[in-house]
Amino acid sequence: MKTTLSWLKTHLETEAPIEEIVRRLVMLGLEVESVVDRAAALAPFRTAHVVSAEPHPNADKLRVCLVDTGTARVQVVCGAPNARAGMRGVFAPPGTVIPRTGLLLKESVIRGVASNGMLCSGYEMGISEDHEGIIELPPETPIGEGFAKAMGLDDPVLDIKVTANRPDCLGVRGVARDLAAAGLGRLRPLDTRPVPGRFESPIAVHLATLDEKACPLFLGRMVRGLRNGPSPRWLQERLTAIGLRPISALVDITNFLTFDVNRPLHVFDADRIKGDLVLREARPGESLKALNGRDYALDEAMTVIADDAEVLSLGGVIGGESTGCTAETTTVFIEAALFDPVRTAATGRKLNLQSDARYRFERGLDPAFTATGMEMATRLILDLCGGEASEVVVAGAVPAWRRRYRLRAGRIAGLGGIDVAQDAAKEILERLGFAAAPSADGDLEVEPPSWRGDIEGEADLVEEVLRVHGYDAIPAVPLERETALPRPALDAAQRRLGLVRRTLAGRGLVEAVTFSFIPAGVAALFGGGAPALRLVNPISADLDAMRPSILPNLLDAARRNADRGFADSALFEIGPRYDDDTPEGQRTMAAGLRHGQSGPRHWQGGSRPVDLFMAKADALAVIAAAGGPVENVQASADPPGWYHPGRAGTLRLGPKVLGHFGEVHPAVLARLDVKGPAVAFEVELDAVPLPRKGARGRPPLKLSPFQPVERDFAFLVPAELPAETLLRAARGVDRQLVSEVRLFDVYAGPEVPPGRKSLAITVVLQPERATLTDDEIEAFARKLVAQVVKATGGELRG
Amino acid sequence: MNDFETIRRDTLAAIAAASSREALEQVRIAALGRKGAITTAMKGLGALDPEARKAAGATLNRLKDEVAASLEAAAARLGEAQLAARLASERVDVTLPVAPEPQGRIHPISQTIDEVVAIFGEMGFTVAEGPHIEDDFHNFTALNIPPEHPARQELDTFYLPEKADGSRLVLRTHTSPVQIRTMLAQKPPIRIIVPGRTFRSDHDATHSPMFHQVEGLVIDRSTHMGHLKGCLVEFCRAFFDVADLPVRFRPSYFPFTEPSAEVDIGCSRAGGELRIGAGGDWLEILGSGMVHPKVLQNCGIDPGVYQGFAFGMGIERIAMLKYGIPDLRTFYDSDLRWLRHYGFLPLDMPSMVGGLSR
Repeated sequence: MKTTLSWLKTHLETEAPIEEIVRRLVMLGLEVESVVDRAAALAPFRTAHVVSAEPHPNADKLRVCLVDTGTARVQVVCGAPNARAGMRGVFAPPGTVIPRTGLLLKESVIRGVASNGMLCSGYEMGISEDHEGIIELPPETPIGEGFAKAMGLDDPVLDIKVTANRPDCLGVRGVARDLAAAGLGRLRPLDTRPVPGRFESPIAVHLATLDEKACPLFLGRMVRGLRNGPSPRWLQERLTAIGLRPISALVDITNFLTFDVNRPLHVFDADRIKGDLVLREARPGESLKALNGRDYALDEAMTVIADDAEVLSLGGVIGGESTGCTAETTTVFIEAALFDPVRTAATGRKLNLQSDARYRFERGLDPAFTATGMEMATRLILDLCGGEASEVVVAGAVPAWRRRYRLRAGRIAGLGGIDVAQDAAKEILERLGFAAAPSADGDLEVEPPSWRGDIEGEADLVEEVLRVHGYDAIPAVPLERETALPRPALDAAQRRLGLVRRTLAGRGLVEAVTFSFIPAGVAALFGGGAPALRLVNPISADLDAMRPSILPNLLDAARRNADRGFADSALFEIGPRYDDDTPEGQRTMAAGLRHGQSGPRHWQGGSRPVDLFMAKADALAVIAAAGGPVENVQASADPPGWYHPGRAGTLRLGPKVLGHFGEVHPAVLARLDVKGPAVAFEVELDAVPLPRKGARGRPPLKLSPFQPVERDFAFLVPAELPAETLLRAARGVDRQLVSEVRLFDVYAGPEVPPGRKSLAITVVLQPERATLTDDEIEAFARKLVAQVVKATGGELRG
Repeated sequence: MNDFETIRRDTLAAIAAASSREALEQVRIAALGRKGAITTAMKGLGALDPEARKAAGATLNRLKDEVAASLEAAAARLGEAQLAARLASERVDVTLPVAPEPQGRIHPISQTIDEVVAIFGEMGFTVAEGPHIEDDFHNFTALNIPPEHPARQELDTFYLPEKADGSRLVLRTHTSPVQIRTMLAQKPPIRIIVPGRTFRSDHDATHSPMFHQVEGLVIDRSTHMGHLKGCLVEFCRAFFDVADLPVRFRPSYFPFTEPSAEVDIGCSRAGGELRIGAGGDWLEILGSGMVHPKVLQNCGIDPGVYQGFAFGMGIERIAMLKYGIPDLRTFYDSDLRWLRHYGFLPLDMPSMVGGLSR
């Protein structure tokens, strides 16, 4: 919502400087987004007198002008067809920056003649689209004066961000009212005297909507014998200042009232109306050619005004071309109605049609002001266009808007945190237009004004008093804690996310945060892309599916980093995976991707291509950091389809899947244009069991006084045997005695028969009652070999 | 006796001349070995008369002690020389670079959320969470945003496909639905913050279709706007680590709060550089207000008994301001150079006790 300072002052009598006005507006909740002083950019431009204009000796279309700038006479070469001796124009000296083009004006020689400045067009000044000729000022314009002042442009433009609850401030008057309530001046009275009708309107108005709420009130009035020319300069200047193009007096008047008193109206060319006006729902198949030149197909949910022949306008949104006012218009029919906010909004949205009228109707207008707006429009038309007005024809009635709320005595302090005396609160409310009267029991009975449809209860009244009294005045009070010491902000599940995050970063992975949506085609590669998880209105076609995995995003990131020259990356993300559209379908995942080499080459070595065991180690580290029982986690070679079928696995706790790890499937890499190698892991953190509550105390530490004993064994086992089978068998020989089993060698080569491999383990024995004798160790070894052979189908390697 | 003196002289000379532990051992054997000169002389004592034996024995014992001490001193000297030689031979180029260690980083969004949680945790807030795919009730209606409300249109909502019953789910446009979920699930007093992902169909230099917010909610019998101010002033000063940071509350509008306030912090833009602190200019950083009675009602909480405040702010925005990150879109780019530059060390855990940020 824009206004100029002088426009504001037509409603507000104040001496306050602009800075103070802006500050108060902001603290009233009317955020000032900008204050544009148009005079500043135009400061170098001065009014000037063209003393003489002679033909250029070397160019037919140019003239050599002698210009009186008020302080000097300078020679200017000018190409404008209207440059002539005696005219008043606008002069820019060398060194001026031309507002429209941003070019710096320099002294120059044009076709052999010196030119020491420029006579400007409205286009160059950025104030109009006219670049045919230079600006011509009225002959009485003083010479050497600032151009901005001469043109009435020395009037700052305020752009105010009006919140959705304050449609009353979509008019300058509403803004002025708030400022006056805040003590910044006096609200000037509005001339609302009715204009007497001289004749009976030949056109009647009818309300014929099936839905009574669609429009409760429809007013009309004819003005005949008028002349529609350009509007006067004051009106044009105001509209231009807020970015509207002056069109004709009739159109400008309706635009003016929209922004001045927040009352959109419509003016039909009455000679083109056939019969009466009926306000009704549109019928299927009807359409409207609107004032913006476009055709709109209408439906029953839209409210229209029609005559006997056709739809003439879309209520509260836009008028129709067939009855639009032109220079030939001599009779008009003014319409003022109260269109339903919800239907207006729905109509505008469906037709993708924004207008100043829609913007206001959908926020809700002052129902009691409808007739007043009609009178103001009539008066302006009579003043600017002449003619005589008919009586007002009315259909419907002003809907009931009076209501009362109680503002309890202690409520401002109780909710607002500051005690405002009841007298002061009453005065503030009254200045805002509310009626307020103390009740018998000491509260205030408050009736909001007709223009404050947003007031719905006591809390709104508290806000009204506080915002005028000033939020600054509310003392800041520390928020007292319920307990002397804070309780943990995070529960166990939340806390372990942080542990997992910092564990992965500690392992050298860099944390990424990526979008929750990915291309549906890519989602399908990872088991996703279901229709229920596709966005109806994605920001672009490649962000349309809720992701079934974090990996596609990390793969994409690895590709982009490689494209930038960083082929070796290790990234992780902790975030959501979406299995379905329910709250339970959103799973918290930790996923990581290692790409390229494990690190840069170094003179000590150590750099190698990433392999799946790095990813497995990451996954197990995640489970450990999450408090999961890593020692019970089992790996199996059954990864989902986006992994290499032979070089990836699934991690389970009993039957429950905790996650996956391994090489990314080469076909997936190719599809995502990632050059390998790439290994990845995914752990579903929600699936990792939380440590039991109260399991914080550790079991007693038992330290054996006896030395542990290590023995090595090598077995020849079938080549396809999972190592875990052997390890599990070895651990299970004697759970009391065996404290650790480590696999230290995997070998297949010339000394190993085909179809077999050699697995070598170290078994650590920790006796607790006495040092192990050689016989005991020997007995254990025999038992271990027997059990491992049985479990694996292998043999002890000789 | 002269024999003894000769042995002494020769042996000490040989010890002094020995240039290795091996040579020294030969000298020891020649003097003190089974057939060594001193051992042999000791054996010869038996042939002497008692008086002479006593005198010669004493002399020989002294000689033996002297030689032994000399041998020990020589051994130590030779040991030192040998160690010095070994050390000299073991010299390496210590200017060689060390092996590179992988450099993990924490994303600024995670770090900022940890900071926010650390501050509000100190004020007795706990962290609540909720789903990203929301229904109309939690994201809009319960928050006093009816279907045709202009505020709903301004929110640029992402929609999921319409269901058979005509309803359609949305991606939550703010973290506020978690207010509703919490109030429906739990009785006052309530004091929660809700960090998390939010979504709006807007994509340009200053908007991302996904971003993060943190929501706050306090509900009890007596919390008023003074507490709202106190809580948020403390937060802003702690977060930006500026003790005298000016914080301004000005009236605004949100459908789910009444009264409502936007919160600005002081800044200076002198010289084109943004600096947080007292500087005559203001920067909007969050929205807040007293929870609307209708919202309480929608959650089954009696607004005649309970009241409180709510607030919401953008995580990326406050992170950008605090850490001087210029471009919103870069947060989601996963550019390693960016992540290493703006990211945080894994052990850099924010806390109020240990300091929020270095």
